[in-house]
Amino acid sequence: MRAQIEGSQAVAEAVVLCRPEVIAAYPISPQTHIVERLSRMVKQGDVGHCQYLNVESEFAALSCLIGASAAGARTYTATTSQGLLFMAEAVYNAAGLGLPIVMTIANRAIGAPINIWNDHSDSMALRDAGWIQLYAETNQEAADLHIQAFRLAEELSCPVMVCMDGYILTHAYEAVDVPTQSLVDTFLPPFSPVQVLDPNEPISIGAMVGPEAFTEVKYLAHQQHVRALALIPEVAGAFERQFERPSGGLCSPYRMEDADIAVIALGSVIGTIKDAVDELRREGIAAGCVKIGCYRPFPMLQLRGELKGVTRVIVVEKDLAVGMGGIVSADVHMSLQGLHIPVHTVIAGLGGRSISKASLKQMIHDARAERLSEPHFLDLNMTAINDEQARRRDQRRAGPVAEQLIRAINAIGTKVV
Amino acid sequence: MSTQPIKFYQTGTFTAGNRLLDEEARTVQSRVDRTNSLNSGHRACQGCGEALGARFAVDAAMRASHNRLIAINATGCLEVFSSPYPESAWQIPWMHSVFGNAPAVASGVAAALRAKGQRDVQVIAQGGDGATVDIGFGCLSGMFERNDDVLYFCYDNEAYMNTGIQRSGATPPFARTNTTQAVGEAPGNLLGTGKNLPRIAMAHGIPYVATASVADLHDLEAKVTKAMGMQGARYIHIHVPCPLGWGSDPAQTIRVARMAVESGLFPLFEAQFGTVVGRTMIRRKVPVERYLELQGRFKHLFGPSPNMEALAAIQSIADANIAAYGLIG
Amino acid sequence: MHAVRIHGRGGQGVVTAAELLSMAAFTDGKHAQAFPSFGSERMGAPVMAFCRIDEQPIRTREAVTHPDVVIVQDPTLLHHVDVFGGLSAEGYILINSTFSVEDLGIGEFLANLPNDHLYIVPASDIGQKHLKRPIANTSLLGAFAAMTGFIKLASVEAAIRQKFPGAPGEANAAAAREAYDHVTAFSNTQEGVSQHARAN
Repeated sequence: MRAQIEGSQAVAEAVVLCRPEVIAAYPISPQTHIVERLSRMVKQGDVGHCQYLNVESEFAALSCLIGASAAGARTYTATTSQGLLFMAEAVYNAAGLGLPIVMTIANRAIGAPINIWNDHSDSMALRDAGWIQLYAETNQEAADLHIQAFRLAEELSCPVMVCMDGYILTHAYEAVDVPTQSLVDTFLPPFSPVQVLDPNEPISIGAMVGPEAFTEVKYLAHQQHVRALALIPEVAGAFERQFERPSGGLCSPYRMEDADIAVIALGSVIGTIKDAVDELRREGIAAGCVKIGCYRPFPMLQLRGELKGVTRVIVVEKDLAVGMGGIVSADVHMSLQGLHIPVHTVIAGLGGRSISKASLKQMIHDARAERLSEPHFLDLNMTAINDEQARRRDQRRAGPVAEQLIRAINAIGTKVV
Repeated sequence: MSTQPIKFYQTGTFTAGNRLLDEEARTVQSRVDRTNSLNSGHRACQGCGEALGARFAVDAAMRASHNRLIAINATGCLEVFSSPYPESAWQIPWMHSVFGNAPAVASGVAAALRAKGQRDVQVIAQGGDGATVDIGFGCLSGMFERNDDVLYFCYDNEAYMNTGIQRSGATPPFARTNTTQAVGEAPGNLLGTGKNLPRIAMAHGIPYVATASVADLHDLEAKVTKAMGMQGARYIHIHVPCPLGWGSDPAQTIRVARMAVESGLFPLFEAQFGTVVGRTMIRRKVPVERYLELQGRFKHLFGPSPNMEALAAIQSIADANIAAYGLIG
Repeated sequence: MHAVRIHGRGGQGVVTAAELLSMAAFTDGKHAQAFPSFGSERMGAPVMAFCRIDEQPIRTREAVTHPDVVIVQDPTLLHHVDVFGGLSAEGYILINSTFSVEDLGIGEFLANLPNDHLYIVPASDIGQKHLKRPIANTSLLGAFAAMTGFIKLASVEAAIRQKFPGAPGEANAAAAREAYDHVTAFSNTQEGVSQHARAN
């Protein structure tokens, strides 16, 4: 049924439709509305025999699911930022053990400085842990991706992160069509585990593996991701046929047929980029964009196919490899090897800074005029930067950077009249 | 085959392999149909107290659950020596996740079983003192606080042994480890540090907390059996000497453990919902020296000029336990 | 597309107001996107919420820097926060207050605003009357509907009833209706902005 609801609510309802059996969660902004709604639905008896565990940390949350999944239950949790890091050991453990856990990442910046607003530094920090990473453009897609995620995870015996922008999507009210239980049931069969702790057939899970076999184990995990590159479009196709709307997939082009300059991004910013593309087209610039819907495994071949005809690529990313530059742009570079297409890295939206259509358009103009630095930080306050750097040159005990900059920029939306 | 009656003079005791006891009173280990959950062929050191304790505890748990048991193991000696790739010594469903999460993983297994309506399968979690007292403490406390239906065994050999004998929150005062070496002004582990996990478990008000030792294996089995008959969060803290880490004779592991009990340094007791409900009286009290002198990790307290102050401090810990639990009648 | 920005303080239902606005627009068959801009939950801190309404699906996610409508739920923010920043030339202002434009000291912001695009409504008082607490947000939504015509009053009431079932919903809907009538009454007399402000 189509309704005007909060993103978190849409996700919670989609998860419930997937008939989870164990949910363990620890609250952290901006994921709280998802887990609160789930706990309410479980407590009201709306989720069958599902068990909801209020755990003492994110590390405990994912650990509980590792046990539950190994015991044959369909499992779910959600986290973000600091919480994702806190469970990092368990994140690698779950992937290494091949447990089909589904986890929402309500993307949020990682401190220090502490920041509760949206960027992709959290999921990027764990991009190579072995989880499949899907990114939602809208709340409709966020809901839909969870349904696809359970099917993918259980088919591949590989855990899946569904990433959605914190606050921007989680706390936004927009129209979402929440499907019926019967439709989801036809799409998602009951969980049939590949390995299970069962007194009738005892096995040992989690043995130590030495040099003689470790590489082979990792190779097989990599092969599962390679297999996912084929399975993800298949599942997206099946979803589109059954639910009658496109959703998910590896990457989605917009006005790329005759594009000269392409912008690449993950998540909700694609919406703003599409508006910028449309305006630039009206101004005579052949712009287009490609949304990367699946970041891990990285769709190198498909992206290369989408970008073959362009003369310039700009990667807009909400993350930063400190000391290096772009994270997504590095993967894009790799995908375009040998094609000699310039790739610009634009770091934008860190810590929740709004990415405006105007700034994006200016960025494209600057790229075409070779005015972008590499990497380029969108909407950087150079005055504040220069002042702070001068201050630090002048005194040894200059104090914490964050506090000084906040004072300098005089931020948090207030202005003395 | 004809039989010849033989007169035994010590019937009704634990001697003669307890074949003379009533069926119900015999140990699990004495039965032909014991599970042998931790099978032979594992790679534990000669004289390992933990291997002994784990075999007794898990087999008792298997019997009590009618062989419907799932075991979760933290990283540590037991996990490492029992699952050397490509072999496993475990004959039961067993999982190892990471170092600090065994209680949480077990809570998750229990939740899954509840979700699936599998009421006959029970869950145990086990780890060493490092995994339990230190790195897994948060998860353990959470499991206790939620009263999750898990029985947790802590095998306490009083240091991080698998990584080469480093100090943990369970290392006793003055003990030598590789991170509390017997040098300097205060050789060995510092007096006044350390956690009493059984008391902390009791403070959570959980249904059952007990201490046990490989010195009294019948008692260990009985406590495991009793705990397995209960629901909710349960905790058994088992003292297991480590000949390598303690510098003791591998052939004397049980004797070392007994000295710990008989000196009062390791009191054996049971508690329910935060209150002590039973203790094992000391049969023949010994001064702490009888225990300490068996171990190289306390060697620096002895010799030509013994550390009288340290020995007195250790003795007063023992005396305090004896008084607190009423271990001498 | 219309972009609405609502200013208030934590605990005054600013975020809920934006959500209700979006639900009303949805009922009217439009596309709407409502989202907050705030920090960790904290009573009394300045809070903003946004709502975009459009006939077409809304794709952009940027903050609303050039609103068509500014709603000020808490007038104490008027001289602490740049509440009118970016307001378009044809924009609307709706303020919850019992004071006049002069008393509020905001005359300078309104110089170029079209007539009938500023309303000062005693929304807290209306809320107090219907809800026994000085809650202004639902009243302001009724006033908004009358002032701009971007959404129907019936849709506002439907959204309110959906979010607050039972008696609270009815009371809030009544407050919205009263504020709607209050605004309609003034605009019907064609007295314009300054007349309205002085009459307050």
